[in-house]
Amino acid sequence: MSFQDIIFYTFSAILIASALGVITFRNPVYSALLLVLSFITCAGLWLLLEAEFLAIALVLVYVGAVMVLFLFVVMMLDINLDQLREGFWKWFPFGGLIALVMVGEISIVLMGKYFGLDEMPTPKPHAADYSNTKELGRLIYTEYVYAFELAAVLLLIAMVAAIALTLRHREDKKIVDPAKQISVQKKDRLRIVSIPAEKKNQ
Amino acid sequence: METIQQYFVQFFGTQWGSMLFSLATNMIFIFAIVVPLLLGVAYLTFAERKIIAYMQIRVGPNRVTFFGIPWLRGWGQPIADAVKAIMKEIIIPTGANKFLFVLAPVLTIMPALAAWAVIPFSPELVLADINAGLLYILAMTSMGIYGVIIAGWASNSKYAFLGAMRSAAQVVSYELAMGFALVCVLMLSQSLNIGDIVSGQEGGSLLNWYLIPLFPMFLVYLISGVAETNRAPFDVAEGESEIVAGFHVDYSGMAFTVFFLAEYANMILVATLTSIMFLGGWLPPVDVMPFTLIPGFVWLLLKIAFILFFFLWFRATFPRYRYDQIMRLGWKVFIPITLIWIVVLGLIMQLPESVRSVFPLNIWF
Repeated sequence: MSFQDIIFYTFSAILIASALGVITFRNPVYSALLLVLSFITCAGLWLLLEAEFLAIALVLVYVGAVMVLFLFVVMMLDINLDQLREGFWKWFPFGGLIALVMVGEISIVLMGKYFGLDEMPTPKPHAADYSNTKELGRLIYTEYVYAFELAAVLLLIAMVAAIALTLRHREDKKIVDPAKQISVQKKDRLRIVSIPAEKKNQ
Repeated sequence: METIQQYFVQFFGTQWGSMLFSLATNMIFIFAIVVPLLLGVAYLTFAERKIIAYMQIRVGPNRVTFFGIPWLRGWGQPIADAVKAIMKEIIIPTGANKFLFVLAPVLTIMPALAAWAVIPFSPELVLADINAGLLYILAMTSMGIYGVIIAGWASNSKYAFLGAMRSAAQVVSYELAMGFALVCVLMLSQSLNIGDIVSGQEGGSLLNWYLIPLFPMFLVYLISGVAETNRAPFDVAEGESEIVAGFHVDYSGMAFTVFFLAEYANMILVATLTSIMFLGGWLPPVDVMPFTLIPGFVWLLLKIAFILFFFLWFRATFPRYRYDQIMRLGWKVFIPITLIWIVVLGLIMQLPESVRSVFPLNIWF
């Protein structure tokens, strides 16, 4: 067993254990943190596949931003576990169907020889100066530029929609415009009045 | 080195020998980076107390010394502080989540140290010379926030939780501006490798540093760096006048000290990155005789110290920002500036060579 194999099996074991933890832990904060762990180990596995851009982007986007906001929400919710369990049998057929589809997809990969996957040549390992990021960028901005732009527009629409749905205009909010605050002059606010000196009571 | 490697190969066999040898050398390199870094952190706290003291016309720590030497008075203070912190009891609150409470400081300091793996100290002196170095640093620094959030939640205290929420929102917002500022750097250098970014600024004098063509980005990066490390004037996460001490209000002893160490290690990291991305890293300011004699490592240290001085200066000068103004600065000022600058830079890079060469100083390469 080579060094790479050891890394692969260690990371896979951690990934599977943490992914199981995500769905079995009762405390949602633990689940979210284990999801972070599984993202990081997954990034480690992708590094073994020479996909360093994807691996680091996974950590940067999902671990660094998305899961932070997830944790943010999960920590502030007061979740009643009994209420969550109520609909279990009602939704069981639907969940089972999704599970079946996933098992099917995984079996296509694992039992590749029945589907002719083993006829694909193994990808050749690249030299040390090969930059995965550069190659990916070249493909995205030349050959697949329309698909890339479409995905970007889709994300933009989702973002605008989310903001538009949650935006509320409050009448009683107290807000000051910093530009106005800065441009205030002495004569706008200050009134100097001359008051005659009072005589001392004797 | 070669002979030691031979011994390893003879002892462990050809397959494992070289692997274990690189493991051992990497461990030594890691210690060679982390130990000076932690010493630097200790003396940065001393520098902070001294500098702020002189700015406020005080003297600062001036008692603890080594072996009674009078002119070293005050220099023993960080050591004394460290000994005190180790001796103190770590109190875990009754309602706290014990496991996460202890895990949080570790999660804070881990990314602050891990990011140093790709920092080049001179053209040859780098632990991991990887192609995606800049991305790696962005990924590592974005993970530092977990320690703060977990500390806030696990403490089971309202003040700590409020501090964690504030800090999380602030760091996530400023990370965007920081990332976009670095996008400008990588557009100019056309590489994600940090060594290549420094080499791209080579060319005779400080006029070639990215500081000049990217001056607005330098300011955005430096200010976002201050916000990212939760330092004054952006330290609402601690905000002792409102929420006592924010996320680490329930921590004591060494557990608190680890948060403290992580904050200062992050400061040094941001200062290092600023000097590498914008101030030419190990390059001397002018490529003439007396300056080139000084090794590049010393130049990098000088630049880091220069940026760190700004951090301390800011703390002594500015009052704390109001929370809504922090968010306004991040989202409504910095992100538009960086986005516009990326477009401007892209347009200039697309100009034909004959037009570009007319620019003054030829800073746009």
